[in-house]
Amino acid sequence: MSEQPILRLDGLYKDFGQGPILHDLSLDIYPGEFLTLLGPSGCGKTTTLRIIAGLERPTKGAVYLEGADVTTLPPEKRHVNTVFQNYALFPHMNVFQNIAYGLKVLKISKSEQKKRVMDALTLVQLEGYDKRMPNQLSGGQRQRVAIARAIVLEPKVLLLDEPLGALDLMLRQNMQHQLKQLQKKLGITFIYITHDQEEALNMSSRIVIMRNGRIEQIGTPEDVYEHPRTFFAANFIGQSNLLHGTITEKNDQGEVMVNVNGTMIPGILDEYYSPAAGEDVALCLRPQRVRYGKAPQHGMELKGTIQSKEYSGGMQHTHISLSDTLTINAISQSAELDNYPVGSEVYVGWSQRHAPIVPDEQSTSDSEGDV
Amino acid sequence: MKKQSFGSILFIALVLIVMYLPIIVVVVYSFNANSSRIPIEFTGWSFKWYKELFSGRGGFGDALFLSLRVAFWSVLISVVIGTLGAIGMAQRTLVQKQKPSKIDTAMEALSSLPIMIPEIILGLAFMILFNAIGLRSNDMRLVLAHSSFCIPYVFMTVKSRLVGMDTALFDAARDLGASPARVVKDITLPLCRPAIVSGAFLALAMSLDDFVISFFVYGAGEGTLPIKIYSSVKVGVSPQVNALCTLIIATIFIAVALSRYVSSVRAARERKRSFKAA
Repeated sequence: MSEQPILRLDGLYKDFGQGPILHDLSLDIYPGEFLTLLGPSGCGKTTTLRIIAGLERPTKGAVYLEGADVTTLPPEKRHVNTVFQNYALFPHMNVFQNIAYGLKVLKISKSEQKKRVMDALTLVQLEGYDKRMPNQLSGGQRQRVAIARAIVLEPKVLLLDEPLGALDLMLRQNMQHQLKQLQKKLGITFIYITHDQEEALNMSSRIVIMRNGRIEQIGTPEDVYEHPRTFFAANFIGQSNLLHGTITEKNDQGEVMVNVNGTMIPGILDEYYSPAAGEDVALCLRPQRVRYGKAPQHGMELKGTIQSKEYSGGMQHTHISLSDTLTINAISQSAELDNYPVGSEVYVGWSQRHAPIVPDEQSTSDSEGDV
Repeated sequence: MKKQSFGSILFIALVLIVMYLPIIVVVVYSFNANSSRIPIEFTGWSFKWYKELFSGRGGFGDALFLSLRVAFWSVLISVVIGTLGAIGMAQRTLVQKQKPSKIDTAMEALSSLPIMIPEIILGLAFMILFNAIGLRSNDMRLVLAHSSFCIPYVFMTVKSRLVGMDTALFDAARDLGASPARVVKDITLPLCRPAIVSGAFLALAMSLDDFVISFFVYGAGEGTLPIKIYSSVKVGVSPQVNALCTLIIATIFIAVALSRYVSSVRAARERKRSFKAA
């Protein structure tokens, strides 16, 4: 990405007086991205968004919008708009007035206002709702009005603060799809906040995993899922077997063997991380990658016993013990359900490149992300 | 519904009688044809006290006019000052997200103090102050005194409305390009309107009703209506007062009934609307 970033966060530090919320957060965001800030509550993602919007001022650091320093610019002077968590529609204005508000403040002509509001309503599929008051709308409709109100101003960057958080699951999935379509159509850069890792994986072009005011990892959804760089990232995104162990063998291709409670487990090192033999690490094994069977096919070199099986509609969760102290979780499609009874001996394996090694939790406390 | 027992009906009737009997007596006596100063005896129906009241000879008209004039100006002043004060204070804590400073806390406590201080002390204080600075105008003295105890009612109702408001609304308006002043005009004031109106009505009631403070403050000439009524009953109850009180009661009764009707109509419309939306 050699383009000029549309938005640059440079060393943001924020302290509300009760310890820092953001530690030296730096990030470049490029035009047309769908960037998601993902993290548990209290990780600083909303603060970051508010600093970008201008609703909060960083204690230290700077925000550049298209190369210009906007750190001290008030929110009304920034070409950035926000879709708030609970929509924040003005209750005393109808849908039309809500959407037209920003245009009215800009003193845009009545006819132009009308045209742009109607276009925005069409875009969010709410034609004919312009006379309704916010309290006459459902949650999903309010959400779309909030989006229309923000995009009608054609912002350079649209900020979305958990916009789907208050919707039920069915509506949320539908809206995820619609938001993604909308972003493609408009070509506006979206910065999206969520604590829902599945939503982040579905929608984003890049994900920023945050924790305690720091960036843990930045990457495409595939990247952060397949190649987690920290224990936290491996744990937070998707499901995983996180096995603590010690490196015993290591070759030039980065293939390693990890001693986990006496069992030798194969794994792979990404190029950014090169622990020496004997170092404590964690191995991240996605349950979907675990294969097992009666016969030792290629790669299935471990022996285990099926401890328990749980069927959960479309998926089967199987717990396989590799030793007295080591049990791993496997997930398989119900379509390929095995008929091995609980207690049967199976061969277990996975392709080595699907078991990345991450630093063990204790040694990651000051890792800084690749900014 | 459960049938009410005889005892409970009796009890409720008793409570109502105790509450309303004095009022009923006033109403009945306002139509009393008996002209004696202390009319114990009801000698027949007559409208003569009403005629006398409206003839203006009793001076009640002037007193009522003074009361209304004072109420108008003091409500206007207290609405402006009380609303601006509440919004100004909320602006710092809610919009700019600053922690309330010691000055804020002190200001808030001070601004509600006038309704905690006994009226008699306030009245005395105003009297001494106005005399000391040589303020002679009767209207001015009354308006200033009334404004001072009316402001807290407006301030407190508007303040409590603001505290319950979603602060994201202010953020959203800023985000959409509105300056802080524009946010007050477009968002804060319209949303505070119901609170401003109810604060104004409270202030109006307080101003019209006030006796103690007005009594200390008013100078030459006739006092406000409550003072006039008080001074006219010192020498026995003039039947004109009964007529006046009856008119006031009727006005209040009609106003309350009207406001209940309006709000029930509004509630019904609201229900219909949300039903349509669902």
